[in-house]
Amino acid sequence: MAYEAVIGLEVHAHLLTHSKIFCGCATAFGAPPNTQVCEVCLGMPGSLPVLNRKAVEYALKMALATDCTIAPESVFARKNYFYPDLPKGYQISQFELPLAEHGHLEIKVNGQAKRIGITRIHLEEDAGKLVHSEARPVSFVDFNRTGVPLIEIVSEPDMESPDEAVEYLKGLRNILLYLEICDGNLEEGSFRCDANISLRPVGAKELGVKVELKNMNSFRFIKAALEFEIKRQRANLSAGREIVQETRLWDTSSNQTVSMRGKEEAHDYRYFPDPDLVPVRIDHDWLESLRKNLVELPKARLKRFQAEYGLPEYDAEVLTSDKALADYFEATVKLFPQPKQVSNWIMGELMRELKKEEAGIDSCRVSPAALGKLLSLVDTGALSGKLAKTVFEDMVATGRDPEAIIKEKGLVQISDSGALEALAQEIIDANPKEAADFRAGKTKVLGFFVGQLMKKTKGQANPQMANEIFRKLLA
Amino acid sequence: MTEPLYSLSISQLAPLLARGEVSPVEVTARLLERIKERNGELNAYLTVDEAGALEQAREAEACLGRGEAASLTGIPLALKDVMVTRGLRTTCASKILENFIPPFDATVVARLRREGAVILGKANMDEFAMGSSTENSAYGPTHNPWNREYIPGGSSGGSAAAVAADLCIASLGSDTGGSIRQPASHCGVVGLKPTYGRVSRYGLVAYASSLDQIGPLTKEVRDAAILLNTIAGHDPKDSTSVPQAAADYTEALGREIHGLKIGVPREYFGHGLDPEVEAAIRAALKTLAGLGADLIEVSLPHTEYAVATYYVVAVAEASSNLARYDGVKYGFRAEGKNLMETYLNTRTQGFGAEVRRRIMLGTYTLSAGYYDAYYKKGSQVRALIRSDFETAFKACHLIACPVSPTPAFRLGEKLADPLTMYLSDIFTISANLAGIPGISVPCGFSSQGLPIGLQLLGPAFGEAEILQAAYAFEQATDFHRRKPPF
Repeated sequence: MAYEAVIGLEVHAHLLTHSKIFCGCATAFGAPPNTQVCEVCLGMPGSLPVLNRKAVEYALKMALATDCTIAPESVFARKNYFYPDLPKGYQISQFELPLAEHGHLEIKVNGQAKRIGITRIHLEEDAGKLVHSEARPVSFVDFNRTGVPLIEIVSEPDMESPDEAVEYLKGLRNILLYLEICDGNLEEGSFRCDANISLRPVGAKELGVKVELKNMNSFRFIKAALEFEIKRQRANLSAGREIVQETRLWDTSSNQTVSMRGKEEAHDYRYFPDPDLVPVRIDHDWLESLRKNLVELPKARLKRFQAEYGLPEYDAEVLTSDKALADYFEATVKLFPQPKQVSNWIMGELMRELKKEEAGIDSCRVSPAALGKLLSLVDTGALSGKLAKTVFEDMVATGRDPEAIIKEKGLVQISDSGALEALAQEIIDANPKEAADFRAGKTKVLGFFVGQLMKKTKGQANPQMANEIFRKLLA
Repeated sequence: MTEPLYSLSISQLAPLLARGEVSPVEVTARLLERIKERNGELNAYLTVDEAGALEQAREAEACLGRGEAASLTGIPLALKDVMVTRGLRTTCASKILENFIPPFDATVVARLRREGAVILGKANMDEFAMGSSTENSAYGPTHNPWNREYIPGGSSGGSAAAVAADLCIASLGSDTGGSIRQPASHCGVVGLKPTYGRVSRYGLVAYASSLDQIGPLTKEVRDAAILLNTIAGHDPKDSTSVPQAAADYTEALGREIHGLKIGVPREYFGHGLDPEVEAAIRAALKTLAGLGADLIEVSLPHTEYAVATYYVVAVAEASSNLARYDGVKYGFRAEGKNLMETYLNTRTQGFGAEVRRRIMLGTYTLSAGYYDAYYKKGSQVRALIRSDFETAFKACHLIACPVSPTPAFRLGEKLADPLTMYLSDIFTISANLAGIPGISVPCGFSSQGLPIGLQLLGPAFGEAEILQAAYAFEQATDFHRRKPPF
């Protein structure tokens, strides 16, 4: 029997507020353990939470950006469970009445557009972090992360393949970055994803037994875990074995999912409205002003890139799928107003170099200004396209200015026609057969002559001039 | 000066301090001395902060010397051990917080300090404020100063006994289902539970967050108004504290109550009400009528569901509020072989029987499959109880009724029967569920010489009115002047 996968995703995104969701402690990542804590986030007896308005604002922005319906009144609830990284013995989250519901996000896989439903977006606090000692059977707990604001974005089970899942996640992450409300760092855990996945016979309406997947801290792992899980479940179903409802972890050392806990061990979280907090009422005017001032989102920017810069859809799509890349493009175009040229360089040379270094555009050493200067040099004929690539490699490696590199390496294009003519004559004299061929009408050998000249000048000859000189001398 | 310093009320002591006739250090030292001599008989204090109190008294003295007296400068007070005090052990009368030193002051404590009060120490209570007799303290029960064989009421039994026995000038307690008013009634002092949200809960160790409220226990009504002036008001650290500005609660004291409509709830005078209590309350109603108040009968039809509703809502919140005591971060820890065992050992050994009972009840009422039948239903009934009062207060200004169906009972008498114990809160619990203010004011004595209190309930934020009526009643009677044979 043929099976199809049904995938739903839960994303937890750290909000980039300066202070925590229910107290004034800092949220910065990487501080020494337990230095960003107070009586509130430590859950000391008698302490009470006070909601950070900025966190609500950020969550609302995401809700608006994904076309959610925003609840005029939502309620914080306590999710009760015991764990050493949870100082109060409950997490303040939202349950029955979340901040926003019924949104959606459009993705594109293999050129096909698809709308993925967003069930809900709610606010909650993060837990702390356990650090397990390698030397002794001891664990430590760091409460710096406790109380960092999170939004949980729950999708409908609308995805059918790992590729769709990854596209959806990249789309969400991109919007979060556009809104500047999350740094989107999967490795540091500021953008985390759990997946629910089940299989059913193709065409069946009813959903199969689902498995929850955790511990996937990169897009690569998410894809691999989903692929593995589809194979595993298909094998089980084909062999007539039932799927066990459980939570499984992606194990990076064995490249497979392993069982963490079964349904019987699942928590009863005993949710109830948190009596320490009042319902969150969203003021209509506030919401409207957020809506009005929402930044340009990827979809709008894509359209604008096509209209304003005349870019093909593909270029516009690639560039706007990463806010930093799109920003980089626009900054470069401002200095070198030939959008297609800039796009070609970014999508070609720049992205190739970034891929080599496995780096993002944020850590790229070449500034838009430097790239703009390089492209101007090519444009004015001061630098050949080929040389420009050599210079660019150096720029990526060292972050130096293109002119400095050109000067140091003596890469300035030779455009002195006298000097070039002398060299060209030498080459013609040394290659009488090829010269005869050309004169006999085999114009293809012109390339040979130009190549020889380039060799002699270490690539510095102005190629256009070289062509003209040979044509003249061989005429 | 005929009366000893320790027996004075705030309103008696403050002018003496202001005029320099007595000094804060003198009063504080005298009280510390009396606590040292007599606390053993009552077990009203769990922690006495001798050095801290004297230090605060010296500061108060300096303030007075500079002519910078505030409303409580040099007044020695006791705090129920459920309000956190920076650097001073706060146990909630539980083993699980045996050596817990809070790193911050509760908002009420900070306000008291700002007004120059001297904090003598922390008063005994039922563990985590769960109980009606102060017998559920991990550090032994408090005795009633009127008769040491009897309970002082609870859960603020230590605070009430300390006031009645002149081991402080006044105190603060907390009231979740009657825990200020009932011990005030049993100890013959004044106890006020403010409107929910009137006083900040920041730093009040939570039992049932939607019901808990801090309030004063005092020797006379005026003192309750004075303390409320200090502790009431919006606190940005407590999201449930109301932004509405607090009034000067002493202003209405002395105004006559002629024409005040006082409702008498039919449902509060039935089966189970001790005849001596009923007689005292009826006499008190007559006194109020004599002062010009109009008595009218009102109905609070959902009264019979109040205790059940309370024991669904309160225990549910408690089960969650007390989850933080897990032996990981502070307080008592009983080691185990693994994490689960450490949790189980810590919480089994660290909590007393009544606390464990309520945690289990609350965990049950919130469980999957039971939530709708218990917690949700409880919340719905709670709304009905609230609307009972709203309806009643359309017909009257205040409600007068008993605080407790009986005078104080004997130590140990109800310990084996939690249900009977729970029923002793039947007249106080509704006010917490409705969030309205209530006061207990002395109104008589049983044939055994145990105090009886009259309860006055008002609409939300009606503190000034209930204080006005309580004051008028107090001035017309002399029950508050009697001192226990202690």
